[in-house]
Amino acid sequence: MRPSRIIPWLAALALAGAAAHADIPKRVVSVNLCTDQLAMLVAGPGQLVSVTPLAANPRTSAMAEEAAAIPVNHARAEEVYLLKPDLVIAGRFTDRATVDMLRRLGIRVEEFAPAYALSDVPDRLTRIGALLGQEARAAELVDRFNAQLAELSSSTQDRPQAALYYANGYTSGDASLAGQILRAAGFDNVATGMGYGAIGALPLELLAMADPDVVVTGNPYPGASRSEAIMDHPVVTALKRGRVTGTVTDRNWVCGTPYVLQAVEDLVALRRAVEAGQ
Amino acid sequence: MTRLMASLSLAVAALFVLSLLVGPASIAPLDSLAGLFGGGDGPVAMVMREIRLPRAILAAMIGASLGLAGAAMQGYLRNPLAEPGLIGVSGSAALGAVIAIQTGLSASFALGLPLMALAGALGGVLLVLALAGPRGGSLVLILAGIAISAMAGALTQLVLNLSQNPFAVNEIVFWMMGSLADRSMTHLWLALPFTLLGWVLLASLGRGLDALTLGEDAAEAMGIHLSRLRLVLILGTACVVGAGTAVAGAIGFVGLVVPHLLRPWVGAQPSRLLWASALGGAAMLLAADLAVRLVLPERDLKLGVLTALVGAPLFLHLIYKTRREMP
Repeated sequence: MRPSRIIPWLAALALAGAAAHADIPKRVVSVNLCTDQLAMLVAGPGQLVSVTPLAANPRTSAMAEEAAAIPVNHARAEEVYLLKPDLVIAGRFTDRATVDMLRRLGIRVEEFAPAYALSDVPDRLTRIGALLGQEARAAELVDRFNAQLAELSSSTQDRPQAALYYANGYTSGDASLAGQILRAAGFDNVATGMGYGAIGALPLELLAMADPDVVVTGNPYPGASRSEAIMDHPVVTALKRGRVTGTVTDRNWVCGTPYVLQAVEDLVALRRAVEAGQ
Repeated sequence: MTRLMASLSLAVAALFVLSLLVGPASIAPLDSLAGLFGGGDGPVAMVMREIRLPRAILAAMIGASLGLAGAAMQGYLRNPLAEPGLIGVSGSAALGAVIAIQTGLSASFALGLPLMALAGALGGVLLVLALAGPRGGSLVLILAGIAISAMAGALTQLVLNLSQNPFAVNEIVFWMMGSLADRSMTHLWLALPFTLLGWVLLASLGRGLDALTLGEDAAEAMGIHLSRLRLVLILGTACVVGAGTAVAGAIGFVGLVVPHLLRPWVGAQPSRLLWASALGGAAMLLAADLAVRLVLPERDLKLGVLTALVGAPLFLHLIYKTRREMP
């Protein structure tokens, strides 16, 4: 084929490609910590124009460094509208008034439910990939996630008893992401035995009576609070004394991103330490 | 008289024991007593000694403080509406406590929390007495109380909203309504010295308050130093309310309801009302704390919700009575 004939043919191909990708959003704004990180994982250069300030906070976000380069928004309808997005990605629990307002203004808003299980992670990745037109990148991340998870969750006979204990005396059962992280790392959750599904308040008395092998507590935020003081209660201190203890690092535990594997890995190391101590 | 004392003491003792036996962990009564008094450090002993015992002692102690402070203030101002919660003393103490926690003072210095709450309470009492004047007319007293409560409440919320801690905002409810959930012996030791000091100061007011019922001139003639009486009242109230609020939040209405109910039983004599209200307050708060554990055990219902449900109708009744008496 002569070059002069190839050029219009290529041009036609490019046009067809452009038509197929006409709905690929060029200006994506994320207004939720978890969608921030999902979007940063798959977005093409310049495609993601704004994330929330939480995404740049190393305490809450596993991708704080990446987020530092992206302008922030505070999930208010007015500022999001002024960013002229062609797609807004939000969490299921993003303020209804904000989401409704953006939709009234004719902006496409896609909502993501929080992850409640490790199996939700590939699901969320695939969806964000499809939305942002980055299917290949998402598929690659999914494959890598599945392989690493399979590697980490090798079966173990001896499953130590663990309890998750956060601010205000809350705990998580198996029907939550945190509970699933605990299970995948080879622990049995005492809260599940007590009938806790997702998240709920675990009275200190019941924690003391359960007497778990390991107490995994939350990591206090700066600026003291009464809510977090419960993790220094003499009973919790006594349960931790002379035992291996773990910490919930929020950045790896809160969102259903591949970074949950880091949390699983930390807990597997914890379980090894428990086994070594016995 | 002695019968009243005996029955109130009995009620406090019974409620105290009941408080030790009620909790989310179902432990048989005999086992729990064995855990409390026997040796060992198993889970039952830990639950009894580190969770239920401090809770029961704090309920009795703070209830007694609030009853005593209410009776003393009502005696001094000769006004049945004077009550630490209603006139903003508890709110000011909560503000002091919140500032101590948010500035990190309570973490760096153990007594920082009760001392700041005491300072807050002191500010509240001084403001109320300055605004309401020595005679404390009902209208002025209530207006002053509303102003101080609103200001202290707003500043407390402002401090918590400005905090960089994500949990701080949710704690507004605790500081406004009070709770004894998950308190420990540490909290008891923090509050105890100031509370005891406050009790001694307030209990010493009996003779002066009795004399004051005859009017200020008559009391002066009987050798009562009114300015000294006033100072002791201010310090005593600040000590007990500050210490109580620092560890359990602002619990309202106990100081209003208890003296009101017991006044007829002591022949309206302020000195006798003091100790009777202390016992009655202890019984009321122990009962309220039992109720929050029995009614909605999973929800951490706040103490102030229950005391307000009992106290608010009584308060309306008092206003109605006061209005009828006004010209």
